[in-house]
Amino acid sequence: MGFYDVCKTYQSLDFKEFEKKITEQHVERVLQKSYLDQEDFRVLLSSVAKKYLEPMAKKANALTTQQFGKTILLYTPMYLSNYCTNQCLYCGFNTNNTILRKQLTLDEVEKEAKAIANMGLKHLLVLTGDAKHKATPAYIGECTKVLAKYFASVSIEVYAMDEQEYVTLVECGVDGITIYQETYNEALYDEIHVKGPKKNYRYRLDAPERACSAFVRTVNIGALLGLDDWRKEFFLVGLHAQYLQSKYPETEVSISLPRLRPHKGQFKPMCIVKDADMVQMMVAMRLFMPRVGITISTRENSAFRNNVVPLGVTKMSAGSTTAVGGHTECEKSEAQFEISDNRSVKEMKQSIIALGYQPVLKDWEKIDKDNSLDSCLVGK
Amino acid sequence: MSEIKDKDVLVIGGRELKSRLFVGTGKYASDALIPEVLEQSGSEVITVALRRMDFNNPKDNIISYIPEHVQLLPNTSGARNADEAIRIARLARVAGCGNWIKIEVISDNKYLLPDGYETIKATEVLAKEGFVVLPYMSPDLMVAKSLADAGAAAVMPLGAPIGTNRGLKTKELIRILIQEIPLPIIVDAGIGKPSHACEAMEMGAAACLLNTAIAASDKPVLMAQAFKNAVKAGRQAYLAKTGKVSDEAQASSPLTDFLLPKKV
Repeated sequence: MGFYDVCKTYQSLDFKEFEKKITEQHVERVLQKSYLDQEDFRVLLSSVAKKYLEPMAKKANALTTQQFGKTILLYTPMYLSNYCTNQCLYCGFNTNNTILRKQLTLDEVEKEAKAIANMGLKHLLVLTGDAKHKATPAYIGECTKVLAKYFASVSIEVYAMDEQEYVTLVECGVDGITIYQETYNEALYDEIHVKGPKKNYRYRLDAPERACSAFVRTVNIGALLGLDDWRKEFFLVGLHAQYLQSKYPETEVSISLPRLRPHKGQFKPMCIVKDADMVQMMVAMRLFMPRVGITISTRENSAFRNNVVPLGVTKMSAGSTTAVGGHTECEKSEAQFEISDNRSVKEMKQSIIALGYQPVLKDWEKIDKDNSLDSCLVGK
Repeated sequence: MSEIKDKDVLVIGGRELKSRLFVGTGKYASDALIPEVLEQSGSEVITVALRRMDFNNPKDNIISYIPEHVQLLPNTSGARNADEAIRIARLARVAGCGNWIKIEVISDNKYLLPDGYETIKATEVLAKEGFVVLPYMSPDLMVAKSLADAGAAAVMPLGAPIGTNRGLKTKELIRILIQEIPLPIIVDAGIGKPSHACEAMEMGAAACLLNTAIAASDKPVLMAQAFKNAVKAGRQAYLAKTGKVSDEAQASSPLTDFLLPKKV
């Protein structure tokens, strides 16, 4: 049974009815448990559990320190291309939006790489719009080969691909995939993805699993919070993460909590996700899956990001820009969405240290067969 | 006094070690704590994940916090199979980290349990290449025997899953390894309190390796000192041979006294 079937069984579940049955005693019982099941996770996401945010946060903090220590891994996004063939109502790259479209040449990729590497970062997340004919898998592979000279880890957040395409990209040096389902609500998904290849719900839903099959080292998933009832969406994010981790134990599964941000276009969030909701999701996830990685990007502002460092976060972006070529002086394209935390890498490092945590810049070493050991030998 | 002065050293890979406490480098709020932790723990061996080493950035490289007299034990954290562990080990050696290697092959990201079969394969290859191989393993007698045959310099069974601080949950299995395997048995993972380390040493473990219990405590330097004392106490107790444990009090009026020759 694939995750689509798992998801389908929950689509028919009446979440509101379930919510009515949850009592404070349920929450207290779950908080005493060491190992949580799916129902416990649902209980921790309930409105009743909102009263228990402090004990949940304390437990999440202890579990995170135990599992990951007092460390936060830093990375930055790098946009290769913003060409797009989709009409996703919530996205600034929507093909209907009149924005400056751009795709970096390999020389420009190298310039951006140098600029980012000079900030001291070793982990990179590469992004493109969804235009497979333009930012082809071969193009992404060539870019990765260039980037692999500068970074210990290159992850990609691009359109959904076939398993063999993921295999090829792993051979080029990609070691992580980020792909958000946006919404697990199939009907809503169809409604907001008006046109384009992304309209295929199931193909996207199964993409993380195809990446796991392709032996991608880290797979990061999430839902775009604000599109539908966050409790239902995040419950399914948790189930999806658990499904992948159980079926592909060799893969490091992580989740993100992207909250809808202002962007070019008229789309307004269907549901407002408050800070307290974000915290509830984060700590509930930590209690449900103590080993899962949790990423908070610069979609969130600096005050919120500082406050959630002790609550289960393992990875944060820094020095971010969502524009193609945004790290160099070359002409910048339109941003995909507005970022809320403009701190430089240096400032982020200082903030993390001030919070009693260690900013980690490198937590991987390329071990592919062609590794020339350059990264190890420089400076020796 | 002479029995106290007797030399008690642990020899691994030809190196004599006075301390039987090995420490790690992960999970610290600041790597700058490492030198003091090393000093207060008295540890002479420290394990570092190759994935965390950044040779292009000497200022921020974790290695720069490790004094030269301390034996570096690079580990293969992140390896999902023998092939990846072998490549990481070779990278570590080429990078100048020496020829000691702690093999961690973990294909289970939920419990972080080691893959015995892949660990044996990696041990065999790396031992032949001249590495001093210390494999992390589940305490399974047959796996330990295979690791010994494959050329391991010691075996490192887990007391409980990594980072759990749950103590010696696998005590009976470790006891069997201590009895049956002619190599140093170094208890690795799961030790959460000094008393756990002391218990492992009392039963005859050659050493303990731990990280989370020190790094994730509120006062890592103080905890390092506590572990130093615990490991030393446990070792001394093992050498002194603890007294017999009995479930019953010794009867003051023995039942078979009537068989003894009667006093005239």
